[in-house]
Formats: sequence, C-alpha cells, structure tokens
Amino acid sequence: MDIINNITAFQNVVYIFSSILFISGIKMLGKEDTAVKGNFLSALAMFIAVSVTIINVVNPLIVLIGILIGASIGSLIALRVKMTSIPEMVALFNGFGGLATFFIAWSEFNATPDNVFQYVVIMLTTYIGGVTFSGSIIAYGKLSEKLKIEKNSIITKLFTTLFYLSILFLIYSIGFTQLIVLPTDFFTILLILTLLGGIGFVLPIGGGDMPVVISLLNSFSGIAAAFAGLLLLNNVLIVAGSLVGASGLILTIIMAKAMNRSIGNILFVGYASSSSSSSSQETGEVKPINVSDAYLILENASSVLVIPGYGMAVAQAQHVVRELGELLEENGTEVKYGIHPVAGRMPGHMNVLLAEANVPYDVLVEPDDVNPSMDTVDVAIVIGANDVVNPSATEEPGSPIYGMPIIEVHNARTVFVLKRSMSAGFAGVQNPLFFKQNTRMLFGDAKESIGGLVSEFKE
Amino acid sequence: MEVYVLLGFVLILSIYLGLELISKVPSTLHTPLMSGANAISGIALVGALVLSSDTQLQEILALLAITFASINVFGGYLVTNRMLKMFKKK
Repeated sequence: MDIINNITAFQNVVYIFSSILFISGIKMLGKEDTAVKGNFLSALAMFIAVSVTIINVVNPLIVLIGILIGASIGSLIALRVKMTSIPEMVALFNGFGGLATFFIAWSEFNATPDNVFQYVVIMLTTYIGGVTFSGSIIAYGKLSEKLKIEKNSIITKLFTTLFYLSILFLIYSIGFTQLIVLPTDFFTILLILTLLGGIGFVLPIGGGDMPVVISLLNSFSGIAAAFAGLLLLNNVLIVAGSLVGASGLILTIIMAKAMNRSIGNILFVGYASSSSSSSSQETGEVKPINVSDAYLILENASSVLVIPGYGMAVAQAQHVVRELGELLEENGTEVKYGIHPVAGRMPGHMNVLLAEANVPYDVLVEPDDVNPSMDTVDVAIVIGANDVVNPSATEEPGSPIYGMPIIEVHNARTVFVLKRSMSAGFAGVQNPLFFKQNTRMLFGDAKESIGGLVSEFKE
Repeated sequence: MEVYVLLGFVLILSIYLGLELISKVPSTLHTPLMSGANAISGIALVGALVLSSDTQLQEILALLAITFASINVFGGYLVTNRMLKMFKKK
C-alpha cells in the first residue's frame, strides 16, 4: 500500500513540474521570437506527464496499441498535409481531442460514480467533449468544402432543433436525474443527443464566421479536458485544459471584436437576420481595368498595400502574390500586406498562407497600423477580400456590418479589386468600394491576373 | 467534497492565468497558437491512461480514448512545429 501511495505522490509532484512547463510553453507560443521553443516546451511537458502516468497503468497492452496507432496516424497526417489545408486539419485534431474526453466521461460513467457531483461532471464532460467532436467534424467538412448544406435547408433546421433539444436534455439530466440513480438508457440518450447536437451547433454557421467557431471549439476542447481532470482528480489535466480553454476564448473574443459582433450573434443569429435594414443600393459604373493598364500604374507606384482575403486562398494565389511583391520591391516600391484578423476561414489564415509562400512576417501589418497612413498608399490591391474592406462599415450606419473595423483601402490613392464577379461578400452586403472613383476592377481568377502582372514586370 | 473545491480553485486560477498570459498575441501567431493549444488539449491522453478497464466496454473506451488523444497530441505538435518553421523575418 505504501508503494502505491509513494508512486501517486511522485506522479503528482511531476505533474506540477509538467504544469509549469505547459504554462511557460503557452506563454512563449504567444511571442514570435520564442514560439518554436514554446511549442517544444509544451511537447516536453506532455511527454513528461504521459511518461510518469505510464509507470503504473493497469493495462499496458491497451496503452501500447492505442499510442502506437494514434502516433502513426497523427504523425502521418501532420507531415503529409498541405499547408493550405491547415484550417481543416486543426479542426480535425481538435475534434479528436474532444472525442477522447467524450470516451473518458463515458468510461467513468460505467465505473459507477459514487456521488452526485461526479454524475454532474460526467455529464458536462460528455456534453462538451461530444459537441467539440461532432462540431469539429462539421467544421472540418465545411473548411475542406466537402460538406455543402444550405443554411436554410430542412436538414440544417432539423439539426439545429436537435442542438437545442440536447441542451435541454443536458439541463434536465443534471437537474433532476441525479436525485435518483441515473439509468444507463438515460445516459445513452445523452450520448447520442450530444453528438447530434454538436452537428446542429456548427451546421448553420456560415463560412465567413468560421474563425470564431474554430476558436470556440478550440476553447471547448480545453475545457472538456479540464473537466475530465476534475472527474479523475488529476491536476495536470485541469491546468493544461484550462490554459487551452483560456487561449481559445481569447482568440474567440479577438475574432468577434474584429467583426464588431457579439459571440451570441455569430453563433445563433448570423448575418442574414441580424439586421433588416436594406443596404444602400449604390449605383454607378464600375470601372474595369485590364492587366497591362494595371501594370503601368503599379510600375509608377512608390508604395503598395496588398489585402488578401479568402479568395486568395481559394485561387491558391499566394505564391504569385509573393512573386509580384518581390518584383515590385526590385522596382523600388515599398510593399506591405494588410491582414484583417478575420480574413479567411480561421484566425491567422492569411498569415499562414503568406508564410508558406515565404513572405516574411514583418511586412504584414494589422488594420490599426495601416489605416492612419492609408492616404500615402499609392495602390491598394485587394485580392479576394470583400467585407473586410467594405466602406459601409464606416460610412453607413444602417448597414449590417456598420461598426466593423475594416482596412480602409478606399482612402488609398488607387484601389485594384481582384474579383471573379460582382457578387456580394459573405455578409451579403453590396460593397460601395467597387463603385468609388479611385477603384478599378480587375475581373478574373486572382492567380491568373497576378500571374499576368508578374509576366508584364518580367518583360 | 473538499477535494473538488480545491481542484475547482486550481481550475479557476489556471483559466485566469491563461487569459493573462496570452491576452496580447500578434495576429501572425493566431493559427500556431490555436494549433499549439489544440495539441495541449491532447493532455486528455493522461486521463485516458488512468481509466479502469474492468469490463469489455471500458477496455474498448480506454483504447479509443488513448488512440484519439494520441492522434491529437502527435498531429497537433508536429503540425504546429511545421507551421512555425515557415514563419520568417526579413
């Protein structure tokens, strides 16, 4: 008996050490110079925590098989995946973390909990873990464009209803059933409803709101792990899980602020119904431009700001964009990239794409840094971005996106908008930018248009 | 019951600590932070390791939990590392 107590005490001491490593790791992960080291420290913390736990596992065979399979699949996906598929990969891994906590809670239910509190924690862990899993899988489907279901379709409405039903059922289970012994059938219903509810949670949320959802699911997976820690009385689970919960929450808040919307509005309302006022029917002529004219203007520009959006990701144009940037710099032009926090489908999406194309991160600027000096920018090139450069956000109090911080390209001397067609952005709001005096539309595939500019420069 | 109060205390403090630590993160690091944090949530692996396996159902659940948590841990850290290596200064 003494030996077992000693091992447990030893493990707890090591867990504290590991928690400190996790804390330093995530702190360093938040700064550019130390991020790589931070990730390494947190991996080390994970290794230590897992190693010390393995000392006295009950069933070594299961542990070995599980870790071997998991490690091979995880490593294979991580090393094979293309950098452009990062958003859906993060969603998928996140979902697996949630699924693990879901199974932990399920297993603990079968270990027959001995007090009410444990029942409550089991149900909460099951719910958060399960919603994280099925929600992340839906997010994965949406991000990889494998799943295309209309927001107003019957299926979406059905699952949304199931989501609300699952919340009610959870509250009911926690509130009442704990007074008597929780029957297994009841728990089975909770398991199923949870998974269906997670689908309904993410299904109605549109692509442009994905950065918020991904951050939130990220936060959930941490909270689920922390709750599992409460369940298993394990402090390293609580500390590490809470850190993830907090970091996900911060990202969620940053994303919501960048859209000037509340988290509740993003999750449960969406753009379409958030404002009934019709946006102004801006009329006027759009002024198209062709590649060679655009080239002449760019050749004489002394400062250029590139504003990428989801369209750049779709067109896979990041490499030609970098090439154009280099040619412009050789020509003596100052090139910067204006990155809006919610451009793309996940937090920092544009940064990852540009990094993949070898654009150094110190030429990437945030809206607050670039807006005050916008009038000194000769040409702003908008590549597949729409809502994040929509001047309605600052000029039209009735617009659904009014108040959203944008990159104010309309104040630049000339604006090139690279776009496939005249369709409205994700928010469904017409963009007056396209009709401004200083705007020129360069229609067509972004990759081809930029490629055209690049070859003009090379000639 | 006392132990839950204590652990709840740890939970609240850790969340507060996390919020303080990461409150100002540059947008370049949004994705790596998310992906790195995601790898940390694979700590559920430690929880999965200590599950009892008295019944067959519990054995299966433990195996599944360990497997999926491992995918999360290994995949998460490797992808984060790959991503961070791409970020270069001029």
